[in-house]
Amino acid sequence: MHRNDFVRQLNSPGGDRRPSRVMHIDIPLLLILIALCSIGLAVLYSASAESIFYVKRQATFMVIGLFSMIVIAQFKPRLWERWSIFIYLCGLLSLVAVLFFGVGAKGAQRWLDLGVTRFQPSELMKIAVPMTLASYLSKRHIPPRFKHVSLAVIATTIPVLLVAKQPDLGTSLIIFSSGFFALFLAGLGKRYLLSTALLAMAAVPTLWFYVMLDYQKQRVLTLLSPEQDKLGAGWNIMQSTTAIGSGGWSGKGWTQGTQSQLNFLPESHTDFIIAVLAEEFGLIGVLGMLVLYLLLIGRCMIISLNAQSMFGRIMAGTISLTFFVYIFVNMGMVSGILPVVGAPLPFISYGGTAIVTLFLGFGILMAISTEPKRI
Amino acid sequence: MRDSAAFSDPARERIMFARRLLVTAVVTLLLTLVLIVRYFDLQISRYEDFATQSNNNRVLVRPVAPSRGLIYDRNSKLIADNRPSYNLTIVPERSRDLEKLLADLGDVISISERDIKRFRKRLQQRRPYEQTSLRFNLSEEERATLAVNGHRLVGAETSARLKRFYPDGQLFAHVVGYVGRINERESQTIETVKYSGTDSIGKIGLEKFYEQQLLGEVGSEQVETNALGRVTRVLDKTGSVSGDNLTLHIDSNLQKVGLDAFKDKRGALVAIEIETGGVLAMISAPSYDPNLFVTGISQKNYDNLLYSKDRPLFDRAIRGQYPPGSTIKPMFGLTALQHRVVTPSYKIKDNGYFYFKGIERPWRDHNFARGGHGDGVDLAKAIIESCNIYFYGLGVKTGIDRLSDYGGQFGLGSTTGIDLPGEKPGIMPSRAWKKGSRGQSWYNGDTINTSIGQGFMLSTPLQLAVMSARIASRGEVRTPQLVKAINGIDQPTITAEKDISISDQHWDYVHKAMQNVVHSGRGTARSINKGLTYRIAGKTGTAQAISIDAEDKYDNTKIAKRQWDHALFIAFAPADDPKIAIGLIVENGEHGGSAAAPIARAVFDAYMQSNSSTALVER
Repeated sequence: MHRNDFVRQLNSPGGDRRPSRVMHIDIPLLLILIALCSIGLAVLYSASAESIFYVKRQATFMVIGLFSMIVIAQFKPRLWERWSIFIYLCGLLSLVAVLFFGVGAKGAQRWLDLGVTRFQPSELMKIAVPMTLASYLSKRHIPPRFKHVSLAVIATTIPVLLVAKQPDLGTSLIIFSSGFFALFLAGLGKRYLLSTALLAMAAVPTLWFYVMLDYQKQRVLTLLSPEQDKLGAGWNIMQSTTAIGSGGWSGKGWTQGTQSQLNFLPESHTDFIIAVLAEEFGLIGVLGMLVLYLLLIGRCMIISLNAQSMFGRIMAGTISLTFFVYIFVNMGMVSGILPVVGAPLPFISYGGTAIVTLFLGFGILMAISTEPKRI
Repeated sequence: MRDSAAFSDPARERIMFARRLLVTAVVTLLLTLVLIVRYFDLQISRYEDFATQSNNNRVLVRPVAPSRGLIYDRNSKLIADNRPSYNLTIVPERSRDLEKLLADLGDVISISERDIKRFRKRLQQRRPYEQTSLRFNLSEEERATLAVNGHRLVGAETSARLKRFYPDGQLFAHVVGYVGRINERESQTIETVKYSGTDSIGKIGLEKFYEQQLLGEVGSEQVETNALGRVTRVLDKTGSVSGDNLTLHIDSNLQKVGLDAFKDKRGALVAIEIETGGVLAMISAPSYDPNLFVTGISQKNYDNLLYSKDRPLFDRAIRGQYPPGSTIKPMFGLTALQHRVVTPSYKIKDNGYFYFKGIERPWRDHNFARGGHGDGVDLAKAIIESCNIYFYGLGVKTGIDRLSDYGGQFGLGSTTGIDLPGEKPGIMPSRAWKKGSRGQSWYNGDTINTSIGQGFMLSTPLQLAVMSARIASRGEVRTPQLVKAINGIDQPTITAEKDISISDQHWDYVHKAMQNVVHSGRGTARSINKGLTYRIAGKTGTAQAISIDAEDKYDNTKIAKRQWDHALFIAFAPADDPKIAIGLIVENGEHGGSAAAPIARAVFDAYMQSNSSTALVER
């Protein structure tokens, strides 16, 4: 039945009175999200040594996320378009506040203590940056002119640097790529693309010698020779590749993964959770997971193609591409082809704030997908 | 509809966007392919390798705990040691029946209900195959019993750890502090890898201040385990590096003499080696046994310490802030001499009261009832007999700005910079201070109170000792330090760029007056001069714990003992070639001369005795 929905919606993006339209819910998107969350909870149960505590907490956050998504979807995209700059400025201000009054854990300063709860401004920026850029660029000349490109680059760079300084390289990378995607989708000229590529190549030595902290360099070196760092990241990579590799075609079975269950695999319920999935469900499990992710991204891309405004297009496109960056960085790092940065696997890794942020993004996507046609 | 829509073509925009999105879709698929190739490579092409490796993967990397740096006193006497301590741990996965194992264990050694309750709590937070502690500090006998019954206690193990031990118990509690279990808050901020071999961290005192040096570097070892996770052999080991050893300036003997001299009185004493600023003794009485905290203090013991009226956990030496009272008179005397506000020949008549123009209520001397200190009171007499009336006038004429400036130079009103956490700054009031903290202007009445060390003024016993040392050294400014050497390498003396500039003849004059406080027949500390073979220079002080109205007389029979005046004393010895300076307070001790000075004398005697005997040996 939902396949019919899918087809119908493809053909008639607006103007009907079906409940899903009135509620501003995109049924295919919702179904894929629910499927991902269910798989996530099952894997988490196994990865956390069968801890009901973790699963309950994670499920709570998922429910909160789902509700927030539906609430967000009720607002018109025009509203986000108009208010994005304020959200951005608030985010920027709180990032600066983190620099001075932030509280943190394990050497990183990421949170603002608001008394009742802790708030992580960098999470907000993951949405605020693409939203602001989409709003700004869609109102200007398409493709963007030099002036617009420069301003967009500055608006992206400031939060990227502030977050990198906390230090939180993973999130900083996500914000950076969302800024780049927004510009690219707005039609950034070929000259700019070429110079960006050259600049990136030049930036590598600069980053290495002036910006990156010792432990971050260590992560990169670890990628090259994992044996060097036995208690830290190198150990993680050695163990995670063994876990993945020993999964074979169909895996060892749910909760039967020896690597993860015997505590060889550190961080198994957070950043390295894909290794648990790969060990217990094999390559078939990994492929199934990837198919679900690609379906999600494909659905988002269709939404962005059908969006009613340039803002909607850029915003939806950016959210779907950024989502892919999460997946690629995480699965690449756990399988040992990318350096270890803190990057969770969306909807599978344990972690409340990240999940709620993800759902908020998809809430905006739903708002865009169900916006009535305006000609 | 949009601002610049007039210039753009929506249809062309759509097509451009669609093309761009197509590019990203292709790139997305390509990158997904990269991932698939990688996972295929790991899971299918190299499956055999990894499957074998995983099957044989009984190799665990375990942290090797470094041993914490030791702490010695100046004579190489050990005051913080590490001792092996044995815990009984359980890995439930290895026992066939956990409940039976617990029951069996209870049969051979004593295990309380509380132990089991706590064990179950820890069990919930652990990872599979992690050792979980059931009992701490097993005795030798218990270990032997467990070893004999080992065969029927599968799943239980005894594990050894080094535990901090303070051989002298309460003697150094406030100096060395203690280590304790890493709590949740601390575990949020420490580097996990660095602490992977240990579960304790410096909580207060030197243990906290020098945590980075004392901790050492964690090592690692690769061990092979059998199918049940039990270690069968060690494959590879990277040794840990012990923490740095600290040698203190503290002299255990002086510390002991000092603490004993307090008997059951409350208070604090700090003794400083004048040449280096090294702290020879630092006492806060009463003290407590830091060993209680090392493996976790019981709630009952903790409540006893926390709610005791005598507040043994409170470090009076660096955190207790008291009005310094008359102990600041030599310092303010020097200030006034240097600025020629008074001269040695300037004398006043004191009948017990001091009137200030425009203020009706007089300030009084402590002996106003006997009619004051009488005729011909000069600065020396004002110090020796502690005449307040002289200092009221001196203070007003010198002015708060200069008093405050010199107070600061002698170390009052700001932290001294000693190598301990949590030091309090006290208060050396000034116009700016009062404006800032009270929002009020400075009045002459404030100056008058300040000139006898009362009013807003507050200082810690450590600050009193620093002031005493700076007077003794004729203005040399040294930062007090506890640690003399790290790993045998002497730490440099921390010296200010500029000495306190006061003329020699003024130092001579005030030093002589301070000697007469102890050695003349009318000195307020004359009671301690009996049988002295060397000379002490000092100054007594009394600080009000509560305020007394001008009309009332302080009468200890009418107020509770906890509100009696505090007794203070600063002193240095030998007076002609000062080596050691002391600042001390006895809470509710009433008179500096009778309650505080004898404690200083005991410490000086011990110092002179041990130092003259070493001098003999050297010869």
